[in-house]
Amino acid sequence: MRHIISILIENESGALSRVSGLFSARAFNIESLTVAPTEDPSLSRMTIVSIGSDDVIEQITKQLNKLIDVVKVVDLSEAAHIERELMLVKVRATGKDREEMKRVADIFRGRIIDVTESTYVIELTGAGSKLDAFLEAIDTSLILETVRTGVCGIGRGDRILKV
Amino acid sequence: MQLTGAEIVIRCLQEEKVEHVFGYPGGSVLFIYDELFKQDQVKHILVRHEQAAVHAADAYSRSSNKTGVCMVTSGPGVTNAVTGIATAYMDSIPLVVISGQVPTAYIGQDAFQECDTVGITRPCVKHNFLVKDVKDLAVTIKKAFYLAKTGRPGPVLVDVPKDVTVQKCEFSYPKTISMRSYNPVVKGHAGQIKKAVQLLLDAKRPMIYTGGGVILSDAAEKLTKLVRMLGFPVTQTLMGLGGYPATDRQFLGMLGMHGTVEANMAMQECDVLLAIGARFDDRVIGNPSHFSEVARKIVHIDIDPSSISKRVRVDVPIVGNVPEVLDELIRQLEAAEARPDEKHLAAWWKKIDEWRGRNCLRFKQGKEKIMPQYVVQTLYEVTGGDAFVTSDVGQHQMWAAQYYKFDKPRRWINSGGLGTMGVGLPYAMGVRFANPKATVACITGEASIQMCIQELSTAKQFRLPIKIVNLNNRYLGMVRQWQEMFHGNRYAESYVDALPDFVKLAESYGHVGMRIDKPADVEPAIREAFTKHKNDLVFMDFITDQTANVYPMVAAGKGLSEMILAEDL
Repeated sequence: MRHIISILIENESGALSRVSGLFSARAFNIESLTVAPTEDPSLSRMTIVSIGSDDVIEQITKQLNKLIDVVKVVDLSEAAHIERELMLVKVRATGKDREEMKRVADIFRGRIIDVTESTYVIELTGAGSKLDAFLEAIDTSLILETVRTGVCGIGRGDRILKV
Repeated sequence: MQLTGAEIVIRCLQEEKVEHVFGYPGGSVLFIYDELFKQDQVKHILVRHEQAAVHAADAYSRSSNKTGVCMVTSGPGVTNAVTGIATAYMDSIPLVVISGQVPTAYIGQDAFQECDTVGITRPCVKHNFLVKDVKDLAVTIKKAFYLAKTGRPGPVLVDVPKDVTVQKCEFSYPKTISMRSYNPVVKGHAGQIKKAVQLLLDAKRPMIYTGGGVILSDAAEKLTKLVRMLGFPVTQTLMGLGGYPATDRQFLGMLGMHGTVEANMAMQECDVLLAIGARFDDRVIGNPSHFSEVARKIVHIDIDPSSISKRVRVDVPIVGNVPEVLDELIRQLEAAEARPDEKHLAAWWKKIDEWRGRNCLRFKQGKEKIMPQYVVQTLYEVTGGDAFVTSDVGQHQMWAAQYYKFDKPRRWINSGGLGTMGVGLPYAMGVRFANPKATVACITGEASIQMCIQELSTAKQFRLPIKIVNLNNRYLGMVRQWQEMFHGNRYAESYVDALPDFVKLAESYGHVGMRIDKPADVEPAIREAFTKHKNDLVFMDFITDQTANVYPMVAAGKGLSEMILAEDL
């Protein structure tokens, strides 16, 4: 099963490598990992998407908790949550494709943020599956470049991850 | 008062009441060594290789429950120390390792004797630090000692760049430390303990299985009280030996790959299992799915939540420090009116005694060749079972665990998790520094001993009267055993050729050497070593039977009840 794990970790140098090192050392899988400081600059928030059986996910959360710099760990996918990912896609936009590309981007609520005579850069935000769907909706041969941030997530309602 | 970083390091060690530091100087720690020189509260033990410094500090801790401290220089000093650190990490031994680093401005420039110490050691420490500012030095060392000893213990490394040891700042050593990200659980959940009590009282075929956690948390007395109170059988892992008196009837011997028939069978066939400070590792329960084929309820007490339900699903997890949990467990058992069912328990003991009747550790000592088991047994008898015994890794380690009966904790010192050959001699050194009057024997083999043989020099410098029991079979014995059993007798690279004359070697270092090749000479030689040469290091080179194998044996990937016994062959 796919899980979204959120971590609050001391914003120290090497914190990211402690987490990524743990995943590789114990053969845990990482689909994506994002990290940035929080409103409290002494803390970073990390979102890790991993796929594994319940036993493996249990081990992942326990092992993460065991890291000395980790303050809190929560498996967002255990309850209602929101996930978002940002993608920038550079596409070839010439001739009849130019109008079509604009239309598909609109349908997905994407924004065109860079325009040249022959290309667009489209900015798209949403759950990972929505971004996948967009890439499937356009002609693959027109995709010049894609870059994705990886998933970040937050619990719904009163579920709050804070020190 | 303004102190330099080097002065601060030493002051911190003094504040922590550190008596011995094992180490090796070098360029980046010169200022620290200069400060060591100027005082005499902290004694430095100069080893001959950094690996031995860490092993010695490790055994110092294992045999005393103090935190071991070692000091190494940057680059190769650290890389040499890595094996020692990983060894301590796998067995959860509290260590503080202080390593020198190149000056901060040089970090990342591929400077002379530079390595990414924090990066290299990260996977084998409980935590590590790079101190970039002298103002952080004292609090970091305080954290290192705190982290090493609390929760599940482990090695903590503090990397100190050379310029930091020169910079000055106001020194004050924090009395206490609190970290928002680190709060190990100590007390067990009373509700979970209640469930455990119920299961134990309802058990028909109960079993208690304990590991290194009992030793590390000094819970042997409490464990003994609990086991006697319940009247249940108890077995121990390699790391747990000494946690319960081995000469007691309720002790079934060690379990696992080379465990006794009674321990392994009872482990497999019990209906309620109480696991305490143990982690169900592959050498202990063999194939986890085979183990899980039998329906049984498992109660697991451990300070590390990640050890629970890692390899085997557990029914009643209890996270907490073993002594605190045992106190509560005993309290609740005493308060409970019910007692374990006598009739079922008697039937269970009858079954266990049948397994025990197989006498799986018996061996034949003839007149010609010395059997290695006989040497260990004789050592046990001559020392009255009261020695500190260190071992290296391999067949001799298993024989030591099987035939030396440990009645007390912290007497059996070996590398269980990492299985590091070469630890035996530096371990014996560390034990002797922590227990200056103790009888210390190192059971080793001709291959293992050569991995840290240079420490014979350290042992001479510090007059350490270690008794080395070298079970010399001219083979990498355990490798040879596996090759015989699983690789069609193809002894690839397991014959140890061109061995030194160990007697002369020991003598060249200024020690006493003995070569024993007849069974009749075994006992007199050991007696002589412990009486006439009481104050000397004695290297006893026992020329043993080359074909002896360790039995029983559970082959890798097999189930606990699928043992190969000596009698089957």
